[in-house]
Amino acid sequence: MIFPAYRSFLALMIWLAFASTPRAELVIEITRGVSDAIPVAIVPFAWGSKGAPPVDVARIVQQDLNRSGRIKALPEQDMLTHPTRPDAIQWRAWRALGQDYLVIGQLNETGADQYEAQFFLFDVYKGEQLAGYRLASRGRELRHTAHRIADIIYEKITGEPGAFATRIAYVAVTQEDGRRIHRLQIADADGFNPRTVVVSPEPLMSPAWSPDGKSIAYVSFERRRSAIYLQTLATGKRVKIADFAGINGSPAWSPDGQYLAMTLSKDGSPDIYVLNLVSRRLTRLTRSYAIDTEPAWSPDGKRIVFTSDRGGSPQIYVIPAKGGKPRRLTFEGGYNARASFSHDGKKLALVHGGKGYRIALLDLSTGGLSVLTSGPLDESPSFAPNGSMILYATQTEGRGQLAAISVDGRVRQRLATPQGDVREPAWSPF
Amino acid sequence: MTRLMLIGLVLMLVTLPGCQLFGGGEKEAGAEQAAAQAPPSAATQGLAAGEGTTVYEVQTMGSGEASGIGKAGPDETGMIAKRTLYFDFDSAQVRGEDIPVVKAHARYLMANPQLVVTLEGHTDERGSREYNVALGEARAKAVAKLLELNGVDHRRIRVISYGEEKPMALGHDEAAWQQNRRVEIVYGG
Repeated sequence: MIFPAYRSFLALMIWLAFASTPRAELVIEITRGVSDAIPVAIVPFAWGSKGAPPVDVARIVQQDLNRSGRIKALPEQDMLTHPTRPDAIQWRAWRALGQDYLVIGQLNETGADQYEAQFFLFDVYKGEQLAGYRLASRGRELRHTAHRIADIIYEKITGEPGAFATRIAYVAVTQEDGRRIHRLQIADADGFNPRTVVVSPEPLMSPAWSPDGKSIAYVSFERRRSAIYLQTLATGKRVKIADFAGINGSPAWSPDGQYLAMTLSKDGSPDIYVLNLVSRRLTRLTRSYAIDTEPAWSPDGKRIVFTSDRGGSPQIYVIPAKGGKPRRLTFEGGYNARASFSHDGKKLALVHGGKGYRIALLDLSTGGLSVLTSGPLDESPSFAPNGSMILYATQTEGRGQLAAISVDGRVRQRLATPQGDVREPAWSPF
Repeated sequence: MTRLMLIGLVLMLVTLPGCQLFGGGEKEAGAEQAAAQAPPSAATQGLAAGEGTTVYEVQTMGSGEASGIGKAGPDETGMIAKRTLYFDFDSAQVRGEDIPVVKAHARYLMANPQLVVTLEGHTDERGSREYNVALGEARAKAVAKLLELNGVDHRRIRVISYGEEKPMALGHDEAAWQQNRRVEIVYGG
């Protein structure tokens, strides 16, 4: 005899096995570059063993630095020599190629599934070493190691920390056998290595990283009603954190990880609530008959911005996180929603409606609004942890895709998935 | 696919002892009955392959669509056949032409006390997603209020909003958007 529970478990397994996994590898292209990018030559790394190296470290570093828009990597075919040791560098050749910086390195196999990457960064004009590092890793961490090398180089050259070794979360929806399948996925910041952490035939929404990057909060409609879950990424274990009547939405972690702001409509219209994750005490922050939703914390944890239509149209308001009087922040246009703070707390990224829906930056000191993207249906802005870029969802070629734009609006990259509708990107913390 | 089968196998091994469906997480009452007729609903996977992975099976409701089972006057069948109400952009106001339709549904519910109704609020794709969940709920609640004003007990009315997550039409123009700004009236027993 098969127990009903067991039978359903078998059904789940079979469903998991046959639900085709989309090859959601994100491809990045620079659609609008800058001319004053810094020229850097990253020479292919030497490989100390037989056969082909497990990953092309130099190529990953080149791609990372290129998509920052700040740095222009020299194409490999333009390199006249391929030094892999400092004593083999001919400085004049690199100066002649107009390169400001040079990166050389080696990848060695040091044991079973053990690798060591070694690299040097030079100032070409001074002929001086700026950095030299060894990084040990296992085979499946080699791409991550390459991203860390790109972070080190980016920081040495620009003076700002790189965000290449971070991750992104997003929701991908595909049509499979007439059903809409929703996947919450985590990928490297360059879109490679996508992994599904939740799969459901019902909508998944609003992924939000915990400040330590170990957990993710999200909304799932799997029980034909909304509920907020907190899931530990390493294990896939999760707890249901909010399952009230009505809306359970917009989870947002406080910067110290102690609180989760959210939208609940259990007491009538949607309002902002704050849940103490330690004591599990729930505090109501807003009280209006209008829609209050999409809370986001300031970096110092003292303020929360949210979307409200209390004035007749959706606009951004700010309220002290401990409670108080809300104050309206946006006045330009009839639609401003889903704000999030820049890492220095001085600006808000938001969705600005007018001629289509675009990502805009609001300067909190001047009140000036600058539109960064061209629409027509851009949404869900998410800052890179170093504040350099904003990742967002955009409708392109009839489907949802992801794009990133530099905060000065000058560099735009598109991240594309081969199939399906991709939306609600969230950039991880460092 | 092979990798997923492998994960499945690991899950099976994890789950086999005692035929317990659920690992250390939550347990849903009634999941066993629901599982017999409903497809599995959602599953999570850990990033460390197979290690400590937990599968969550959750209760799902049948669609409960009960068309034709209730009593209705001969002149009302046309009106209660209309199960989708459409809305204007960023508006949660029931259109004047739809008020007689909602009243007919109220009479239908009064005549069939065994029925319950779910009002599903939806929006078009424009604007932010969580705001749209709120807007869809406002639409469904506007219909619920009209049913209550016409005598239906609020305990027989369930409201849910999917925002823009379940579009009826997949296009990106006004024709598609109008199809998607809607409240669906779903009967169950």
